[in-house]
Amino acid sequence: MLKSKGLLIDITRCVGCHECERACAEANRLPQEPATDLSARRWTYLKSYNDETVFVRRLCMHCNEPTCVSACLVGAFTKTETGAVLYDESKCIGCRYCMQACPFEVPRYEWGSLAPKIQKCRLCYERIAGGGQTACAEACPAGATVFGNRDDLIREARARIDANPGGYVDYIYGLSEAGGTSVLFLSAIPFEKLGFPMNIPKEPIPDLSWRVLSQVPKYAVAAGVLLFGINWITARRTDVARFEAEERRRAITEHRER
Amino acid sequence: MKFEGIFKLTFWKAVAIVLMATGFAAAIERYALGLGATTNLKDTFPWGIWIGFDILVGVGLAAGGFTIAATVYIFGIERFRPILRPTILTAFLGYLLVIAGLMADLGRPWAIWHAIIMWNPHSVMFEVAWCVMLYTTVLALEFSPVILEHFKLQRTLRVIKAITIPLVILGVILSTLHQSSLGSLFLIIPGRMHPLWYSNIIPFLFIISCVAAGLAMTIIESFLSSRAFGREVELPLLSEISRVIVVVLALYFTVRVQDLMSRDALKYVFMPTYQSGMFLVEIILGVLLPFCLLLSRKVRSSKTGLFYSAVLVLLGFVAHRMNTAITSMEHWPDRLYVPSVQELCVTLGLVAFGFTAFAFVARYFNVFGEAPHEVDEIREDQPAELTHASFE
Repeated sequence: MLKSKGLLIDITRCVGCHECERACAEANRLPQEPATDLSARRWTYLKSYNDETVFVRRLCMHCNEPTCVSACLVGAFTKTETGAVLYDESKCIGCRYCMQACPFEVPRYEWGSLAPKIQKCRLCYERIAGGGQTACAEACPAGATVFGNRDDLIREARARIDANPGGYVDYIYGLSEAGGTSVLFLSAIPFEKLGFPMNIPKEPIPDLSWRVLSQVPKYAVAAGVLLFGINWITARRTDVARFEAEERRRAITEHRER
Repeated sequence: MKFEGIFKLTFWKAVAIVLMATGFAAAIERYALGLGATTNLKDTFPWGIWIGFDILVGVGLAAGGFTIAATVYIFGIERFRPILRPTILTAFLGYLLVIAGLMADLGRPWAIWHAIIMWNPHSVMFEVAWCVMLYTTVLALEFSPVILEHFKLQRTLRVIKAITIPLVILGVILSTLHQSSLGSLFLIIPGRMHPLWYSNIIPFLFIISCVAAGLAMTIIESFLSSRAFGREVELPLLSEISRVIVVVLALYFTVRVQDLMSRDALKYVFMPTYQSGMFLVEIILGVLLPFCLLLSRKVRSSKTGLFYSAVLVLLGFVAHRMNTAITSMEHWPDRLYVPSVQELCVTLGLVAFGFTAFAFVARYFNVFGEAPHEVDEIREDQPAELTHASFE
């Protein structure tokens, strides 16, 4: 079995050449056009900060336990053996709960289409399954995006921070966010200043709803027993009342006859 | 059958027709041009009023169905039977409108049946989908005696009567699950929602609030139909219901404040933000005001007092659901949402259709009258009167 793959994106090394965006569009047959954020036609977007001196890639984080996978009612999302989270349009009914649920707000919608699909980075699934690497990592001239086994990438990230403690904030973004993601980030500037959401739970997010969902069968059975029980008691009371009414009626008739 | 007076145009009929026509036109436009061209939904705001109002509120207003059905059938409190049928009808229509709203909102509505065969039990949406399917069926069966009586289908009627109790119990289970699961939908979005509304007890809050709203709805529909059909309002019954609403509102308020305190979120109430304003409107106008009003016996025993208090409860409920689904996710400047004209038209059209369908069924079927085949009905007062009369 393939080891779970991933990307390590070192923001300190990025020179802002936008080659990742170009390569991504080429590999996925998306239009080469200017953009302002991720969209159905743009799966990775390089956003600049601090007067265009710092560049941050946005793309699907490919969570280890993806929220979208658990949120989708028809199971249109899967976490594959390569680490990529993939979407299957043939199942999708278009409820957009995945868009609502994703903590990184990654899934994008084809709003203009009459048969709209979710669009997002596929971590170049076919290329990786065939033994290759992602188009963006291959295209990066500065080594800012590197591809590898997630385990190795974590070790590499740790080593970079340890070798240059002054050059990095001591934090690997994606190591524990939402229970861990396949895409990891290193930065010299605190992540919250670069638009990274920092309030993301450090545990798998699907647990939040599973805690409640897993109780549903128990609740249904218990409520059923309780309601049948109450009905049994009140029905008995109704029977008694009816019986007493009958008795009274009989007493009245007897009284009249006398 | 005869539909006397169906073509007689009245003011409200005209309003309903206009709303339904524009709603229908807007729906056509949505299917012809797609969601992007006709709604103000976007990648950063994927759910709008079709979810926040049509679905969340529509389901909530149907909550009278399970409360009154449980009161009459499970708890055996027979004196509420006169409002049972209209309440079940409201619930059933509510669910049909929810499905209609869903068909507009879903990007791929033709694939909706996938929910039946493609299962993901880890998804709250999966629970929601199954609750909608099953509870709509249960409501249809619960209401079916009205139709069956009308067309004198005695054999089918007997079958339905025989399974009434299990049906009602199934209905209560499904309905409470559905109400709570609509709240659970939001459990998975901790980061995106404002702390005034995100809470891990949101499913529980949704159940409590829907009971108040469902009961308020029975009061409102009773008043409206009394005006429409010239019936007498069941005032003692309704003021009794309003006492239950008082208790439910008190419970809701307590749980809500306790929840805010335990999450240390009470401080957000007093921050001058858009969200805190909406929160205060929701709580003060929609919970505290009707609570105080209904505490007074004078309000509870006056028709107008009852009616307007019930309207406030209903609006407070609508505000809570809309705030949860929309206000709590709005962020300046990139995440704002105002519904488009088409979204509003479809929603208003559905509401108008609901009123029209209710009026139609109530006028031509036996919704308010005595059920002719209630063999089991006992009148505790009758024998007592007899006794007095005869022994005097």
